[in-house]
Amino acid sequence: MQNVAIADQPDHLHDPQTFVTKYIYSQDHKVIAIQYGLTAVFVGVVALVLSGLMRLQLGFPDTFDFIDPSAYLQFVTMHGMIMVIYLLTALLLGGFGNYMIPLMIGARDMVFPFMNMLSFWAYLLSVIVLLASFFVPGGPTGAGWTLYPPQAILDGTPGYDWGIILMLASLAIFIIAFTMGGLNYVTTVLQARTHGMTLMRMPLTIWGIFTATVLGLLAFPALLVSAIMMMLDKTLGTSFFMPALVSLGENLDYSGGSPVLFQHLFWFFGHPEVYIVALPAFGMVSDVLATHARKNIFGYRMMVWAIVGIGVLSFFVWAHHMYVSGMDPAFGFFFATTTLIIAVPTAIKVYNWILTLYRGNIHLTVPMLFAIGFIFTFTHGGLTGLFLGNVTIDLPLSDTYFVVAHFHMVMGVSPIMVLFAAIYHWYPLLTGKMFNERLGKLHFWFTFLGTYAIYLPMHYLGFLGVPRRYFAMGSTDFIPESAQSLNASITISALIVGLSQLIFLYNVFWSIRNGRPAGHNPWGATSLEWQTPDVPPRHGNWGPELPRVYRWAYDYSVPGAEHDFIPQNHPVSAAEQTSGEHGEHKS
Amino acid sequence: MNILRMLRDKPWLHPTAAATAAQYAGPDHAAAMRVLLRFILAIVGVLFFLFIITFLARSQYPDFEALAGQPWQPFTDPSRLWFNTALLACASLAIQWGLGGTRAGKLNVTVAGISAAVFFTVLFLAAQFDLWLRLQSMGFFMAGNPANSYFYLLTAIHGLHLIGGLVVLSNVVFRVWYDNSPESLTAPLQLCTTYWHFLLGVWLVLFALLTSRPETINALAAMCGF
Repeated sequence: MQNVAIADQPDHLHDPQTFVTKYIYSQDHKVIAIQYGLTAVFVGVVALVLSGLMRLQLGFPDTFDFIDPSAYLQFVTMHGMIMVIYLLTALLLGGFGNYMIPLMIGARDMVFPFMNMLSFWAYLLSVIVLLASFFVPGGPTGAGWTLYPPQAILDGTPGYDWGIILMLASLAIFIIAFTMGGLNYVTTVLQARTHGMTLMRMPLTIWGIFTATVLGLLAFPALLVSAIMMMLDKTLGTSFFMPALVSLGENLDYSGGSPVLFQHLFWFFGHPEVYIVALPAFGMVSDVLATHARKNIFGYRMMVWAIVGIGVLSFFVWAHHMYVSGMDPAFGFFFATTTLIIAVPTAIKVYNWILTLYRGNIHLTVPMLFAIGFIFTFTHGGLTGLFLGNVTIDLPLSDTYFVVAHFHMVMGVSPIMVLFAAIYHWYPLLTGKMFNERLGKLHFWFTFLGTYAIYLPMHYLGFLGVPRRYFAMGSTDFIPESAQSLNASITISALIVGLSQLIFLYNVFWSIRNGRPAGHNPWGATSLEWQTPDVPPRHGNWGPELPRVYRWAYDYSVPGAEHDFIPQNHPVSAAEQTSGEHGEHKS
Repeated sequence: MNILRMLRDKPWLHPTAAATAAQYAGPDHAAAMRVLLRFILAIVGVLFFLFIITFLARSQYPDFEALAGQPWQPFTDPSRLWFNTALLACASLAIQWGLGGTRAGKLNVTVAGISAAVFFTVLFLAAQFDLWLRLQSMGFFMAGNPANSYFYLLTAIHGLHLIGGLVVLSNVVFRVWYDNSPESLTAPLQLCTTYWHFLLGVWLVLFALLTSRPETINALAAMCGF
């Protein structure tokens, strides 16, 4: 099969020359990663604009004529779906997964480069199908990102016709794209690690991406199954999920289906999806913290176990999204318990990050600021998860802004903080240039403080009982007038944070041309991706010979060593051997 | 267990000295393909598992009428499905025969085996399609009853996986013409063979499920807690 050639022979080392082979028909993992990244950032900006429009309506109701209730619901739906699937999943796994896996494990490329290329083009197609729904009669679906039937495909929901069909088709294409990419990531990690790179010597970034990919490969089929069955309910009139019902005075042909069945399927995918996004972020933030604190990651083994443990547990908690759908109290107890148990490995990770910082030589660089910011936002988001994991507290808080604030802190802002940390951290490797430090810090403070200006008051609104997904509040007894001014202030903060992302985009594109050259390994990092002969790495990554790995990825500030870091591809030196048993200083 | 020992490793303790062993040449292609196939089988398995779980859950709603059990229902006498099953089993046997041929270096056996496998697979797909037409003519339409819907859906998904297998197999076969070296064919054909056997297994499970009488389905659903 010519599509599975591994670019490992020296005759594959010459770079592709023409524009088409270099950027369009490229099988180089780095080019595919950047294609994934740019596409994801593009749809992410679309989703960011949608959230701005939503906030305008919520903060200043009756001001904007072009936002009617249908449009509002469509903005909510598309914002959620794009952010979760098409931005976060695609950027973390398609973007960073593609770029980092071969470089960090010392391979020349993914093991199946052709399939990797197909993965990107299928992803692009899914994005195009998704965005096409903005231009079809009725517009995109407004069913909420969870797409619950029966309302998702019934008259009365915006985009119930073309919109939902395009959404389901786009999801199916995305799942195919992800599966092709994901098969590459796991096979590459398992099979293409260079000499000496044992699994336990891999940087945590790779552990996070690897585990998240396994989760994705096993969880996305649930979304595919539900998408296929809902598509058949919509187009061929089957009744998998659709009960007998009367719509707009007419008896529909559906009968006997189970909407709750869809919810189970959806959340069997949906909860692991949270960790598909979170685990790569956990991994990358560990590497950023260790590098910029000049200290080995605290409890590496425990970190690996926690990643794997969280991955396994994430398949046993899905019904905590469905407490209000009604279930046997014994199930509620079971799912509340598993949900709280998952807090244990997660807390281990948070403590280990903090202990990594403890007595470290902390450099407050831009990536480090974002990484520390992540510890704050993730802890806050995680703590509110303890509230919502309990059935009795979840019932009153469900469908309020408290939930919105919780999941935005824990799986919106937190992975985004890590993404910024990671982009700033690896920018010198990707481009060979340094970004502008001052603009980066400005971007951090706007984003970090703005996040709290948006989401802290939102918790409070949730406690008041302000419902989510509502176009306008109307007049209610239990919501005071002051809630509206809080809503307006949230909107202003959100617009400022949204606009401040322009600083980031400007910095990224300006620095490609005008940044000062970064040179080799500007952060003094130990992991393999910084040890390539060229910066940015060329096609084939390693020149004529693959690197050899002699140590784990966190040899920072080793006593007696010449520098405060020892790259993974440096063998034990004479100085190290004479300074006694290597591990004594660190274990 | 290997993986447990691996997870107990303390990587910070023992950095290794400069090695003198030969340069690492890159990943083992055949091993990578085997890992890939294992993951593919796991994903396809999960996919059908989820479909079957929803089938069992949906079967407990009152409007569900199983396709077997009463004289007027099409699969009370499943002889037609046994015929289709025999076709797919022949395909599995043929591809195994072809694989034996490649291992023994007999090109004619390889070609005959693969050709027969493709022939029987396509015949199976055609027979399944014919079964659809027959069900339609008997008035068992897709939207008529969830049991019908599941029959069409599951056979279609299974058929699509076979078609995917045929695409990959054709890619493998063209190697014979390009390289004309049967040795290079052995490893990929081995993977195709495993995939064919796996899909035969999936089909047997689907066959058993879709032709089950209501009592059997209810018992299975009760075991799953529905």
